[in-house]
Amino acid sequence: MILAEHYPVLIIVISLLSAFTILIAGWLNKKTCLPISLATIFVQLLLAFSILHHVVIMREPIHYWLGGWAPPWGIEYVVDAFNAYVLVIVLFVCLLTAIYAKRSIEKELPRKIVPFYVVFQLLVTGLCGIIVTGDIFNLYVFLEIASLAAYALIAAAGGRSLKASYNYVIMGSIGACFYLLGVGFLYSVTGSLNMHDLALLLPPLYENKVVQAAFVFFVVGISIKMALFPLHIWQPDAYTYAPSAVSVIIAAAMSKVSIYAFIRIFFSVFTTEFIHLYVPIADVLSWIAAIAIIVGSVIAIMQTNLKRMLAYSSVSQIGYIVLGVGLYSTQWGLYGALIHILNHAITKGCLFMVAGAIIYRTGLRSIKDFEGLGKKMPYTCAAFTLAALSMIGVPPTVGFITKLYLVLASLEAVEYVYVGVILASTLLNLVYFWRVIDRMYFVRKEGAGENEHAIKKEEAPGSMVIPTLVLGSLCVIVGLLWLAGAETPLLPIVDQAVNALLGTGVAAP
Amino acid sequence: MTEGLIVSSYIPLLAILCPATAAILILLSSKRPNVRESWTIIAGILQFSLIASMIPTVLDKKVVQCLLFPQTMFEGIAFGFKVDAFGLIFALTASFLWILVSFYSIGYMRSLKEHAQTRYYFCFAIAIFGAIGVAMSANLLSMYVFFEILTVSTYPLVIHEQSEEAIRAGHKYFAYLLTAGVFLLFAIMMTYYLTGTTDFTNGGIKALAELGSAYKLTLIILFFCFLLGFMKAAWMPFHSWLPTAMIAPTPVSALLHAVAVVKAGVFGIVRIVCYIYGVELMTSLYLGIALACIAGFTMIVANLFAIAQDNLKRRLAYSTINQLSYIILGAALLTSNGIRGAMIHIPFHGFMKITLFLCAGAIMVVTGKKNISEMGGVGRKMPVTMLAFTITAFGMCGIPPACGFISKWFLCLGTLQAHEIVFLFVLLTASLLDVVYFFPIIHTAFFKQPEGEAKAMEVKEAPLFMLIPLSITAIFSVLFLLDFILGLNVISMYFYKLVEVALENVI
Repeated sequence: MILAEHYPVLIIVISLLSAFTILIAGWLNKKTCLPISLATIFVQLLLAFSILHHVVIMREPIHYWLGGWAPPWGIEYVVDAFNAYVLVIVLFVCLLTAIYAKRSIEKELPRKIVPFYVVFQLLVTGLCGIIVTGDIFNLYVFLEIASLAAYALIAAAGGRSLKASYNYVIMGSIGACFYLLGVGFLYSVTGSLNMHDLALLLPPLYENKVVQAAFVFFVVGISIKMALFPLHIWQPDAYTYAPSAVSVIIAAAMSKVSIYAFIRIFFSVFTTEFIHLYVPIADVLSWIAAIAIIVGSVIAIMQTNLKRMLAYSSVSQIGYIVLGVGLYSTQWGLYGALIHILNHAITKGCLFMVAGAIIYRTGLRSIKDFEGLGKKMPYTCAAFTLAALSMIGVPPTVGFITKLYLVLASLEAVEYVYVGVILASTLLNLVYFWRVIDRMYFVRKEGAGENEHAIKKEEAPGSMVIPTLVLGSLCVIVGLLWLAGAETPLLPIVDQAVNALLGTGVAAP
Repeated sequence: MTEGLIVSSYIPLLAILCPATAAILILLSSKRPNVRESWTIIAGILQFSLIASMIPTVLDKKVVQCLLFPQTMFEGIAFGFKVDAFGLIFALTASFLWILVSFYSIGYMRSLKEHAQTRYYFCFAIAIFGAIGVAMSANLLSMYVFFEILTVSTYPLVIHEQSEEAIRAGHKYFAYLLTAGVFLLFAIMMTYYLTGTTDFTNGGIKALAELGSAYKLTLIILFFCFLLGFMKAAWMPFHSWLPTAMIAPTPVSALLHAVAVVKAGVFGIVRIVCYIYGVELMTSLYLGIALACIAGFTMIVANLFAIAQDNLKRRLAYSTINQLSYIILGAALLTSNGIRGAMIHIPFHGFMKITLFLCAGAIMVVTGKKNISEMGGVGRKMPVTMLAFTITAFGMCGIPPACGFISKWFLCLGTLQAHEIVFLFVLLTASLLDVVYFFPIIHTAFFKQPEGEAKAMEVKEAPLFMLIPLSITAIFSVLFLLDFILGLNVISMYFYKLVEVALENVI
C-alpha cells in the first residue's frame, strides 16, 4: 500500500516520458506510436484504479511530495476520492479515444500520425497533471500543457479548424491569464501556492479585497476554459472542426478536467464558508447555469451539422454540472454535479465518436443527409440512440439519474425555476436528438421509395465501433449502477468525494 | 402494501425478463421470420404462466416482492417489484392479451406484407416489458422507469408506416407523452421531497396525509401534476394523441393503445388515488369531485366526438377515451363499489376493446376498408368477426351478454353509494351515447347492401391466425359475465377475487 503513494507522480512521469518515446519510436517506425500510447494509457488507467481503490479503502488522501520537499515549499500531489474519481473517468475516456483514433486519424490526418500521438500523449499528461496536483501554480502549468496540446490537435485538421483553433488560443489564453492573475493575487497576500495551505491561511483574510478579486479571477478564468455560457464562443467551432478523435477527447475528457479544476478551487482552496458569507456567487452561478441549459439547447436545435449540435448540447450540459455546483448548499446539489461529470463524459464521448464514425464511413456531417443510416451503420446508430436517450434523460440511462438529483436539489432549495429549466431541457433535448434518430431510422429518402433493402451494411471499422458501443452501453449500465445506490462501489466514491469537498479544505490532514 | 405478509420471490423478475430476452432474441433471428415470431409466442406464454403462478399467493393476501436494489441512491426508495392484487390484475390482462395479439400480429403483418417486421416485434416486446413493469412496480420511481420505457418503445410502432403523416403523428405522440413524463417526474420527486418515500401504501402514504393544512394547496397542485403526468389515460383535454396514434398497425392499436399504454395511465391514476393519496385525503381535499368532473366531462365529450368519426379505428379510439374515464370516474368516487367497478373495468375493457380493434384489423386485411360508411355487408361476408364485434360492442354499451355490464353496474352503484346522483346520470348518458355510435356500425355491417357487385357477398373470413384470437377474447368477454351471474368458478373468476383483495387493501 505504501507503493500507492507514488502512483500519482508515476501517472504523470510515465505519460510525459511516453510522449517523447513516441516521438523517437515513431520517427523510426510509424506503427509503434499507437501501441506505445495505448500501453501507457492502459498502465495509467490501472494506476488510477489502484489509487482510487486505495483512497476509498483508506478513507484518506494520498500525498506525494515532489523531490521530497515538504509543502508548502515544495510541490505536493494530493489525491482524494474526488481526484481519483475524475482521474479514472478521464483516463478511461482517453484509452477508448486512443483505440478509436487509430483508423480515424489514418484517414483524416494521414501525414501527421506521429505528431498526433505525441501531442495526444502530452494532452493526456496535462489532463492527469491538473487532476493530481495539489498546488495551484502547478495546476496552471498543466493547464497550459493541456491547452497548448489541444490547440495543436484542433488545428491539425487544417482549413477551417485553423480559425477555430486560433479563436480557442485567444480565448484560452485570456482564461489562463485570469487564472494566473488569481494565483498571483493569492500568492501576494498569503505567500503560499499549496491548496491545503491556502485553505488554512485564507480564512482570516476572507474580507480582503485582493482575496475576493482573486476568487473572481479564478471563476472567470476557468469558466472560459470549461466553456460556461456566455464564455463558450470558442467551443462550438473548436468541437466542430477538430479531427473526430480530438473532438471526442476535448468534449468528453478535457471539459471535465476544467470542471474539476473549477470545483477544486471553489471548495478546496476557498471554502463554502467564504462563498456563503463573502462572495455570494452560488445564486449567480445557478442562474447562469440555468440560462446556459436553455440557451445551449435552443441553439442546438437550430444546428444542421451534427458535431456543431453536439457542441451546443455540451454548453447546455456544462450548465447542468454548474447548476449542481451552484446548489451545493443542498443535500443533493454536489452529488448531481459530480455524478454528471461521469455521465456526461460517457454520453458525449459516445456521441462524438458516432459523429466521427459517420464522417469516416460516409463523409456526412449534416443531419438532413442521415436517411437510412440506421440500416447502413446499425451498431453506430444503436450507440447513438442509447446516448441520445441518455441525453434526453429516459430512464434507466445516466441522464435520468442526473435529472433526478438536480430536480431534488432544486426542490430543496425551493427554486422552482430551476426545476422548470431542467424539465424543459428534457423536452428541448428530445427535440434535437430525436430529429437525428428520426432521420437515421424512420424518414425515407425522397424518391428512394421501397428499395430500402438496397441499402447495404457499411459499418465503420471495429476499432471505432467497439469503443463507441462500449460507451453507448455504459450509458445504461452506469445508469443502473447509480440506481443500485450503495450496493455498488460507485455511489460511495461520490459520497466520499462530496464529503471531502464540503469538509475542510483539501480533505483531511 | 407494507402491511400483510411479504413473500420474497424471483418470479416477478423472471416474468419481466421474458419479454426483454425475447426482444434480444428477436433481433438476433431477424433473418428467420418463423423463429423470430416463435420467440414472441414462447415468451408470452412463459410470462403469462409466471404471472399466473403468483395468483394463489396474492389471493392469500400476501404480496410478492422482488427488490432488485433495496436501496437506491435515494434513501427510502427501493427499485424493484411488489406485486399486489391490483398490480396483478393489470399484469394478467396485459400478458394474456399479449399472447393472443402475437398470434394476431403474425396473421396481420404477413397478410399485409408489412416492412420492418423485426423492428415491430422487437418494439412490441419492449413495450410489454414496460407495461408489465408498470404493473408490478413497488413504488413511483420504479414505475416511472417503466413508464418511460413504454413511451419510447411505442414510438417506432406508431410511426411504423414511416410516411410523413405517420412521423408527424409520432411527434405528436411524443410531444404529449414525454411532456407528461416531465410532469410525472416532477410530481414523483416532489412526493419524495415531502414524504421521503414513494412506496405504494395501502390507504395512502401516511406522511402525505399528515402534512397539515399549510400544505393543502401544495397537495392539490401536486395531484394535478400527477394527473398531467398520467396523460396516458387520455383524459380530456389531453386526449388527442390517442386518435392520432391510430395510424399504427392495428395490433399495436389493439394491445398498446387500448390496453397497455392507456391502461398504464389509468392504472397510475388509480395508484395515486388509492395508494399514494388514499381515500381519506382525497375526500378531505375534494380532489375526488374534481377528478370525477374531469372524467365525466371526458366521457360525454369523447362520445360526442366518437359519433362524428367515420374511420372505424378513430371511432374506437374515442370510445377508448370514454371508457378510460369510466375507470377514472370509478376511482374518483372514492367508494367501495366505485373502486370495484374501476378495477374490474381494467381487464374487462381490455378484453372487449381488444376484440373490437382486432375485428377492425381483420376487416381491413380482408376488405381493405377503414371507414364505417364503406362497410355495408361486411357482416354477411365475415360473420364470425362481426359477431365478435357485435357482442363486445354490446358490452361497451353496458348490455349483456358481454362483461361491460358488470363494471357499469358497479360504477352506478358507486355513484349511489357516494350520493352523487349527477354522476349516475352522466354514466347513463355516456352509455346511451355508446349505443348511438356503436349500433350504426352493426347496422351498416349487417343490414346495408354493399356498394358494387354481389361477388363481395361470399363468406371470406380473415386468416385463422387473426380469427382465433379475436374469437377467444370475445368468448372471454362473455365468460366473465356468465361467471359472475351464474357463479361458475372457472378461471376468469380470479379477477373478481383479486379485485376483492385489492379493495380490502384500499378501504
